[in-house]
Amino acid sequence: MHFVVCAKQIPDPETPPTAFKIDAATNEVIPAQGFQPVLSQFDGIAAEAALRIKEAAGDDSKITVLSLGAESAQAAIKQVLAMGADEGVLLQDDAFDGGDSHTTAKVLAAAIRNLGDVDAVFCGRQAADWDMGQVGLLIAEELEWPVAILAKDVQITDGTMSTTRVLADGYETVAQSLPAVVTVSNEFGEPRYPKLQQIMQAAKKTVTTQRHDDLGLDTGDVGAAGSRLKLDKLFIPETDGQVELIQGDTPQEQAANLVAKLRADKVL
Amino acid sequence: MARNILVVAELDEGALSSTSTELIGQANRLSDGGQVSATLLGTGATGAASTAFEAGADRVFANDDGGYDQYNSDIWVSAVENAAGQSSPDAIFVAQSVVGRDMGPRIAARQGSAVAMDCVNVEDVGGELKATRSAYGGNAQAMYSFATSPAVMTIRAKAFDPIEARASASGETIDAGAPAESRTTIVGREFAETEGLQLTDATIVVSGGRGLGGPEGFETVEALAAAFGTNRAAVGASRAACDLGWYPVSQQVGLTGKVVTPDLYVAIAISGASQHMAGCSGSKMIIAVNRDADANIFAMSKYGIVGDYKQVIPALIEAVKAVG
Repeated sequence: MHFVVCAKQIPDPETPPTAFKIDAATNEVIPAQGFQPVLSQFDGIAAEAALRIKEAAGDDSKITVLSLGAESAQAAIKQVLAMGADEGVLLQDDAFDGGDSHTTAKVLAAAIRNLGDVDAVFCGRQAADWDMGQVGLLIAEELEWPVAILAKDVQITDGTMSTTRVLADGYETVAQSLPAVVTVSNEFGEPRYPKLQQIMQAAKKTVTTQRHDDLGLDTGDVGAAGSRLKLDKLFIPETDGQVELIQGDTPQEQAANLVAKLRADKVL
Repeated sequence: MARNILVVAELDEGALSSTSTELIGQANRLSDGGQVSATLLGTGATGAASTAFEAGADRVFANDDGGYDQYNSDIWVSAVENAAGQSSPDAIFVAQSVVGRDMGPRIAARQGSAVAMDCVNVEDVGGELKATRSAYGGNAQAMYSFATSPAVMTIRAKAFDPIEARASASGETIDAGAPAESRTTIVGREFAETEGLQLTDATIVVSGGRGLGGPEGFETVEALAAAFGTNRAAVGASRAACDLGWYPVSQQVGLTGKVVTPDLYVAIAISGASQHMAGCSGSKMIIAVNRDADANIFAMSKYGIVGDYKQVIPALIEAVKAVG
């Protein structure tokens, strides 16, 4: 079988809010000093899901990693390759810049179609920067494949994908015929850490770069030109002033003063 | 400018869900003379239509077929597509729920349009609908407009108040049609074993972090939640605390845990890393207790107490109990 893992490189979510800055002119995040971009956490979990299925099958299934991003996104691809994926494709083109979830899914779906023989696509439940959680669903819509989101378990047997999904009050298990798309949630478990030897092996694995014309896409359909959702403004929300530190000579006095505030605010 | 809005409403044990009431209310406010429609699917749907009219809907697409009861993506998307075909919506509102997370992107794709997920605000700015949502773990807010129509938005619970119920309001009920075929077979369903109140249902969440110093610190955190009342307060934990095995991962609040939006979030010995704030920044009010006056959590809080939780929380428990 042939599996695809979609991997996105994002600013490190462990960046402290004090180091988080936005360029108001471009509506873009200014990379924080000393923090390297990372593989979106949920995409690492999606890779883990694909790897476990490949290992359980014990066959020569292939895993291809796709990433739409800048040259630096090679690092995200390499990380999934080090985990055990076989090949990588970087979807990099100035024409992809300024895209939205729709154009991202359009490019990824074209790349999946290009691979030709893909049985299942594994995405993280959402990218840990924008938190939209829609690219996996939109890839499925582009390809007209079924999709199951928020997986805590995925199995593939005899052409059927069986997914246990996280609901608000429990879980449900759904079955779908391949090819299909699944988005994997953190309840699935932790992704593996590559060993040094695997990291060295990953360096030798093939990563190709594809542009819009490799994918048969028009520049007018991708990036800012093809976007349907327009980001008007990205801003750091203003807190309604400084925190009010509750004073008091003793913890008891502080506690009483805090409760009085909460009661005045009708929270208690 | 008059705009038609379609709300994908949900039933909660046969009655219109509270979030759906909020969404229909906001649709009513923004419709500006346009028509507010709602889909209601599953057992009890036609019976709940009157509540949808009281909440602000003019028209309901309902079908009582039990085949709709458990959300099945293809079946629901097909019904909503049909309703959209008959109501020409300028906007579609869906709750950011198990339904909306799936429905939002799919109905947007089917309509050749886009969706903004997990919106905390939807407003009319100069005649255009704008959606605001959190990004980057609550560090940023993003405001969007739509280049295509309908503008699809999934909306967070409690983002809007309902409108005042329109007593004995009536409207048109249209058959939403029988369930369509689905490529997805639901083969099983299990309910998570939970003791007491779910984190995401609590109106007060009391969370502990690494600064507690050990698992025994959570006894203090739990005692404060109990003082608030077990019917409304639940206990959460930071990822650091869960990673250390101090508290069950099921109670983790943050980017890779639960996202909570209580009226009051009490952060005890939590530094306030972005990934944690991603799980609680939608709270109506955050208060923090931390030994470190420079902890980031204070910047996100309305009230704070700088001090050792071992002294402050027992005192707070007594003070909360004193006011009942």
